[in-house]
Amino acid sequence: MHRLEGLSKLSGAERYLDDEPLEGALKGCLWGMTVRSPISRGKIRRIAYGAGFDWSKFVVVEPGDIPGPNETYLIENDQPVLAPGYVRHMHEAVALVAHEDRNLLRRAAASIRVEVDADPPALDFRVAPRADQIQRGSDNLIKKLQIKKGDVHAAFANAYKIVEGEYETGAQEHVYIENNAMSAWIEDGPNGDVVVVRGSMQCPYYVLNALKHALGRDETRVRVIQAPTGGGFGGKEDYPSTIALHCALLTLKAKRPVKIIYDRSEDMAATTKRHPSLVRHKTAVDKSGKLLAQQIEVILDGGAYVTLSPVVLSRGIIHAAGPYTCENVLIEGKAVLTNSVPYGAFRGFGAPQTIFACERHMDRIAHALGLDPIEVRRINLLKDGQTTSTQQTISGGTDRHALLNETLRVSAYDKHKRESEAFNKTHPYLRRGIGIATVLHGAGFTGNGEVYLNSKVDVGARPDGKIEVLAASTEMGQGTNTVFTRIAADAAGYDTADVVVGVPDTFRVPNSGPTVASRTVMVVGKLVERAIDDLAAQLGQNGKPLRGPSLKKAITDWHTTNPGKELKGRATYTPPPNVKFDDKNYVGDAYATFAWGACVAHVEVDLRTAAVRVLDFTAMQDIGKVINPVLAKGQVQGGVVQAIGWALSEEFKFKDGGMLNNTLTNYIIPTSDDVPPIRVVFHENPYPFGGGGAKGVGELPMDGPAPAILNAVAHATGADARAIPLTPEHLLPLL
Amino acid sequence: MGFATSQSSMNHQSTQSSATLNGTIAIRFTLNGREVEIAVDPTERLLDTLRYRLNLPGSKEGCGEGECGACTVTIDDLPANSCLVPTFQVRGCNVRTIESIPTSSLQPMLETGATQCGACTPGVVVTANWIKEHSSVLASHTLRALMAGNLCRCTGYDGIIDGLEKWIGNPKGGRP
Repeated sequence: MHRLEGLSKLSGAERYLDDEPLEGALKGCLWGMTVRSPISRGKIRRIAYGAGFDWSKFVVVEPGDIPGPNETYLIENDQPVLAPGYVRHMHEAVALVAHEDRNLLRRAAASIRVEVDADPPALDFRVAPRADQIQRGSDNLIKKLQIKKGDVHAAFANAYKIVEGEYETGAQEHVYIENNAMSAWIEDGPNGDVVVVRGSMQCPYYVLNALKHALGRDETRVRVIQAPTGGGFGGKEDYPSTIALHCALLTLKAKRPVKIIYDRSEDMAATTKRHPSLVRHKTAVDKSGKLLAQQIEVILDGGAYVTLSPVVLSRGIIHAAGPYTCENVLIEGKAVLTNSVPYGAFRGFGAPQTIFACERHMDRIAHALGLDPIEVRRINLLKDGQTTSTQQTISGGTDRHALLNETLRVSAYDKHKRESEAFNKTHPYLRRGIGIATVLHGAGFTGNGEVYLNSKVDVGARPDGKIEVLAASTEMGQGTNTVFTRIAADAAGYDTADVVVGVPDTFRVPNSGPTVASRTVMVVGKLVERAIDDLAAQLGQNGKPLRGPSLKKAITDWHTTNPGKELKGRATYTPPPNVKFDDKNYVGDAYATFAWGACVAHVEVDLRTAAVRVLDFTAMQDIGKVINPVLAKGQVQGGVVQAIGWALSEEFKFKDGGMLNNTLTNYIIPTSDDVPPIRVVFHENPYPFGGGGAKGVGELPMDGPAPAILNAVAHATGADARAIPLTPEHLLPLL
Repeated sequence: MGFATSQSSMNHQSTQSSATLNGTIAIRFTLNGREVEIAVDPTERLLDTLRYRLNLPGSKEGCGEGECGACTVTIDDLPANSCLVPTFQVRGCNVRTIESIPTSSLQPMLETGATQCGACTPGVVVTANWIKEHSSVLASHTLRALMAGNLCRCTGYDGIIDGLEKWIGNPKGGRP
């Protein structure tokens, strides 16, 4: 089955928010813009609206215009909708302006000066803050978490060898090609006026909750609709709540529709990024490379507000020990507040950072012991029946040793290794090398997260017999609509042409949870199947559910006898049996299941320029059952290339806490000419509790490439690089 | 470095334009095979003229500075970033946008997963179509080099390159 909206996208017919004419609900639309902080921390003395503009003709919103609490609803609600007199990061929103003439608005907005008294910002998360930089508690700590298994200290005392290392990863910008875009207008409703927000987003119910909270309205008076969304990668997980609030505030004040479209420089400067990390490993090993104790310290830069940092940290520490068995593990994680833009969700959500450290460290352990990196992994890879750092007993039947062997075979690892070593002996300035990473990724929300989410899916049975999937999961390019159609058709015994996926609209779809955490197909897809089972059971006779043409006929018959009424099947999340997590002590089943993978990078380093080029890349993934091979492969290839960018070129430059290179001219993401074809192989092992037998696919590909590439650079040159991005400037001193 | 970043050589025919008193310039050009006459501000970008004034929103703004290629159109048969072109410069030129490429020809790109989120896609397809119509360039450049002016953040490029290989070899997908 091909991507449902594929031809519409290829032909340019797909209409994103900025493509839509200002007609219908958007008739008389104003354009909105955001006034932002010029400093990283300090008091706002005054907002000076520039001379030469008739400000009475503009709509201006300041914090006093917010009907409810000036808080962006999320984990701690500490982020204001508009900074109330005090700013905590560069480019923080302080006021909003709108006008119907977009060009005039741009000029007018540029005339606004935010006058401030600066306070000393905390800009380096790696060092303890000075007294005058403290803004939260006694040490700017956002969250501290610990995982403890066995006794690392006893194991260190008896170790054959102890290997230590410190690893760093930088911030990463999502660079979805469609910048953030949001619109808002007011409609009449049975309980009073309704604020409708429609835009580019991953999580309609996050936006709804944020609107309810800060506008002081219930869900009958706020409505959120997803517009076609041109990429997300986590970047449209929480930040659209902020833009939706800005749009809604302007529309409430103007009593006219409002659109806010960010341009690239604003989007890059002001919205969330991947958390920078510092991870320290101290590992006790025996002579064979067996892990006896892993002590790991994880520090994340949380940025200026709490936002999602506690849960990013949680996923980060749970993945920090890698796909290995070890009886003594101590992982201590903290996320700290700085005056950077708040760091947020980005594909992998903390796991790529800690897996980078773990996988680079595994190679350094092998090096320290004079062993082959493959052997060190083989001896430690988890087998079913063994436990992770949280003492989760692994099951499911995936043979990770076979997966690793298959990866080595498909990537021609031995051949590339041999040939590289021979090549390096003769070439004057090029050095080739090969590197590996073995990874795991927990799909779905961490711990009891899925239970708390209590996700729901409805399926509507239409008078024409077609089935409409009603879920809050969004299509943002990853293929939700196509895969849900396939899953629903298979569950109902229908042709895919008789399945429709409804637009996520909080007036029509139940809360299926956010479109994040590789959970859409696995968790929500399963709910789609169960909602269809529920529908089929409602219409079945003698307990025998209907399928295919008899289901379709029963639906049309039902509508004939119940004209004008609604017929729906419903499902609510129930966890797979025996999944238990103690979220206070971080013990138990951190995820219902893990996806597994291994990847091999073959690289070439030019000693003259210190440039690294990936020559060949293989990604092997166990994602359960593959529902759509083209879409699944596309997820892996896209994730790998995004990770190659993170590893080699995507470097943030900061000035006074603000992003200096907030343009695609000097924030360098890979082009087609920078990367090789990505070889993808699926190691299929259906997961009975996932939609169509699938596990999560979206994030796993982000985990392995960066360490595999740095391991390959080490093999090629001997450079012991431990930080990314490994740009030529950073590699040169190590050569 | 890709072709989409190169400006086309433009045909400056002074007879077709005249500056007016209020600062706009009246120009004529050919757009997707049809003559267009429009008065533009000297600073108006071709991308905005197409999207907001001529009802052709297929071309996208990804970066606004000629890096991402989402706004790629052809001007006198060469790919160009329409965000970098002041509209008055296309007077007398032949401009083609994504809207000129028949949907029916795009099946091979669909089959390989050349589009995911779709935001870069129109630019990708315009460049791809130009390569297809000028396949002699493949003698000196690889497809990966020729497509390097179109950034895609979703596909990792394999779906695009595979689709283009299939498309070029597909006798059904011809010029409109």
